[in-house]
Amino acid sequence: MKSLIAQSHSLSNPKTQLDVINNHSEKVRSFDKFEDKLKEIDLFPLKPTGIEIFQINVGYMCNMTCKHCHVDAGPDRTEIMTKETLQYCLDALKGSDIQTVDLTGGAPEMNPHFRWFVDEVSKLGKHIIVRSNLTILDTRKFEDLPQFMADRGVEITCSLPFYSKRRTDMQRGEGTYDKSMKMLKVLNGIGYGKEEAGLSLNLVYNPVGAFLPGSQEELQQQYKERLWDDHGIVFNELFTITNLPISRYLNFLVESGNLEDYMEKLITSFNPSAAMGVMCRNTISIGWEGSLYDCDFNQMLKMKTNHGAPDHIKEWNLEKLNNREIVLNQHCYGCTAGAGSSCGGATV
Amino acid sequence: MEKTYYNPDDLKKFGDISEFQKELGEKFFDYYGAVFADSALSAREKSLIALAVSHAVQCPYCIDAYTQDTLEKGYSEEQMMEAVHVAASIRGGASLVHGVQMMNKVNKLSM
Repeated sequence: MKSLIAQSHSLSNPKTQLDVINNHSEKVRSFDKFEDKLKEIDLFPLKPTGIEIFQINVGYMCNMTCKHCHVDAGPDRTEIMTKETLQYCLDALKGSDIQTVDLTGGAPEMNPHFRWFVDEVSKLGKHIIVRSNLTILDTRKFEDLPQFMADRGVEITCSLPFYSKRRTDMQRGEGTYDKSMKMLKVLNGIGYGKEEAGLSLNLVYNPVGAFLPGSQEELQQQYKERLWDDHGIVFNELFTITNLPISRYLNFLVESGNLEDYMEKLITSFNPSAAMGVMCRNTISIGWEGSLYDCDFNQMLKMKTNHGAPDHIKEWNLEKLNNREIVLNQHCYGCTAGAGSSCGGATV
Repeated sequence: MEKTYYNPDDLKKFGDISEFQKELGEKFFDYYGAVFADSALSAREKSLIALAVSHAVQCPYCIDAYTQDTLEKGYSEEQMMEAVHVAASIRGGASLVHGVQMMNKVNKLSM
């Protein structure tokens, strides 16, 4: 499967995506604007609570082409963060008390400077999270990475949209489930997911279809039972993440005729407590070319940090960024529905 | 009037039944909410029971609602279909067990 951009698909254009989630039909146009919803609860303009997580998207290249990917990542994507831009990130981190560096992609491991960068961040004493698709670790070029990451205490957060093969492969491609089980066993083998080793291994659940995640606690229990009973696999935490109507997932919603109902479900499930705890309030997202965004979703919609805040890593200014106004649109309902959603799972 | 008896959008209007009889409508929805809350059975278990019953009573609205709900609650396709088979077994069994009545009558009427 090719990325939307390689297909020259209209939904590879962020402006078209924004138009669809705002104006797809009479009904979609009638939905309350997210900004107005925040005004109702006195949360507008939305301001940061303070940046705690420095999330870097080190490139859109990936060995997989998952059906729901909001990045539109795949083997045909060539956007990769350069060493120079990674150095700007290091410079920003050196001068700040931000403790967590979250590496995402694409497959972040495919950035040619990945190992160097992890080493440098590790030397700064920061906590590092790598968002891995697991299957990339099942290749000769990357087979030593699990130990490399273990040696540096890297937390691994990996995708596993369901505990069954059928639903996982439906979203991520045939054979993904078996490779994922294989690599989770490898990670368990070097201590990941085991309390005594202190190496965190977390899984990410995201619904394989046009529905919201259920209770994170209950799903975690289901995952723990099934993965242990069926494969002898252990992990630390399950993070439930709601799919946002962006890129390939948006394309799925439109093509399957689910867009209106899904948007309505997100909006009717708006939870003020979840709005209070949205991740953009404590996270900054850095794009492969160095631009700054309020989150990885805004990055894909090319909605840079705004309202006078710096919008490039070269202009890093923590004080200004901590006082910025967060840029919003209708996709933001995805993070405020039900128990809330963030890169660290439910927020309520 | 609609051209079909069932319209998926009507499910979202279920709460409107209280417009014609407020007191009973409100009592029903209070009761409904209490039934599906976590209690001796979990809300998750009750959702799967509801999916099976939806098929037994052949309610299209209920099937839509509880298919979505069981998916959200993390049931697999196999588990959901097994629940439907439970409903089908009871429905089938309910017909077949009356075969005993038929046999009794046959035996009574026969020489």
